[in-house]
Amino acid sequence: MAGAVSTFPTRVRTPRRATAESPVVKVVLITTLVVFFALFLVLPLFVVFQEAFSKGVETFLKTFEDRATAHAVKLTLIVAAISVPLNTIFGLAAAWAMTRFQFRGRALLTSLIDLPLWVSPVIGGLIYVLVFGAGGWFGPWLRANDIQIIFALPGLVIATIFVTFPFVARGLIPLMQAQGHKEEEAAMTLGASGWQIFWRVTLPKIKWGLLYGVILCNARAMGEFGAVSVVSGHIRNKTNTMPLHIEILYNEYQIAAAFAVASVLSVLALVTLVVKAYAEWRAERQLMEAMQTSEGPNP
Amino acid sequence: MAARRHVLPGFGLTLGYTLVYLSIIVLIPLSALFLKSFSDGWEHVWKTITEPRVVASYWVSFGLSFLAALVNGFFGVIAAWVLARYRFPGRKLLDAIVDLPFALPTAVAGIALTTIYARNGMIGHVLEPYGIKVAFTQLGVFIALTFIGLPFVVRTVQPVIQDLSADVEEAAATLGATRWQTFWRVIFPALLPSILTGIALAYGRAVGEFGSVVFISGNLPFKTEITPLLIITKLEQYDYAGAAALGFVMLVVSFIILLVSNGLQAWDQKRRGV
Repeated sequence: MAGAVSTFPTRVRTPRRATAESPVVKVVLITTLVVFFALFLVLPLFVVFQEAFSKGVETFLKTFEDRATAHAVKLTLIVAAISVPLNTIFGLAAAWAMTRFQFRGRALLTSLIDLPLWVSPVIGGLIYVLVFGAGGWFGPWLRANDIQIIFALPGLVIATIFVTFPFVARGLIPLMQAQGHKEEEAAMTLGASGWQIFWRVTLPKIKWGLLYGVILCNARAMGEFGAVSVVSGHIRNKTNTMPLHIEILYNEYQIAAAFAVASVLSVLALVTLVVKAYAEWRAERQLMEAMQTSEGPNP
Repeated sequence: MAARRHVLPGFGLTLGYTLVYLSIIVLIPLSALFLKSFSDGWEHVWKTITEPRVVASYWVSFGLSFLAALVNGFFGVIAAWVLARYRFPGRKLLDAIVDLPFALPTAVAGIALTTIYARNGMIGHVLEPYGIKVAFTQLGVFIALTFIGLPFVVRTVQPVIQDLSADVEEAAATLGATRWQTFWRVIFPALLPSILTGIALAYGRAVGEFGSVVFISGNLPFKTEITPLLIITKLEQYDYAGAAALGFVMLVVSFIILLVSNGLQAWDQKRRGV
């Protein structure tokens, strides 16, 4: 019996000879992947930093002293500071509604929340021009009341909200679904109020998934180009965000400056990837812990 | 049962907020697109969406995106397999970097790819002697579309490979199958729905892509001009109905891709018994 067990270690994941590729195939596949990734993913990233510092650190730093660049950085921060919290609140509300209750039309609602991911960012800008632009639905009324949305900050914010709409919700829904709501119900039987349940029971359980959703939402908000490009009007020192400013610098052949601004956004992307890897690992652990405790005394 | 459905508080508040926010940000503005497309009548819509320059852009946006999604299907499966099955130094780093096209701003990717593939660029100058031009050609558009679609196939196939039970592979091996036979007859059919889902997702993303393409494409009418760029051109000419009509075409294509991918996902989940 003992011999039989040792020949068939069914629980062990390490594949044995018969269910593993020959070492040659393995090496070829790994090499293919490394070369493909190096050319396709690492090289673009490398080029961003190489070009950014091609004229020295001083020129790099000088880029950000330029008034238009400084304004673009500030505007990008403002847009993200408004749109990310709004989408975070929405994501939390949507995830709570969708994972804590059963109701008709839930599947449809999931598809609708995902919709902005499927729509071209240019359409994400276009629809607000059609609603708020000079020839749009509310155009004449907005003009009469001297309110500007398109070619102004509100337009940039709403287009950014559209493009980053699903990120927090999408990160939370599968996680909260998997975690279930036994603990929340237990807290309720012990007399906790809704807010207490949320702050003390749910939030600690989902914090890593939430953090990743927020970071990704933020990275996409700061880097959005297509949608913002449509509603911005590209007015320097007024409605130019960092990605739009990159385009202007690039088209003016200020290549080093364009890449200097791009390198800042690239660092943000890299930070996002690191946080994602860490948050995924933590979220997985939280999920495992939840599964272990819910299994109770069974081994 | 009905009482159990609403044990926890906050149903009305959270669902209500979700619906209101969704309507204001997404549903109402999108309905403006539908209404505006037809504001100048069917004829104007038809004329706009069948202009030769516009039709040429469909091939670039919809056709090249499809080719890019297929290439991503091929490399995506290799990437997912290697990352899920093999252990080697640097694996975690490769795994983390897969999502780079998703996190990197499209404009940054656009100027970086253009610089690399320009005539004097790192890869461009290697290809130049062979007469291969990438920047400002359809090949360049194709490369940009492949870049941004890369994470989708990997991330849909990878968890499925991880969940494959070792039993079936062992059974195939004990029945005398070679590793190649096991892959084609046992593993590949199990992965197929997720591979197709990933390809559909990559296609959906590429079809609407703007930022990473406009720099490398050079935007030559009839050659490398993409449909989203024509929407912007129409808007700049204050042709709102024309822009809306093109947006409508793109939206219809996106909806079809969305439906196909949802169907594929349902098929995948049914097959795996999730």
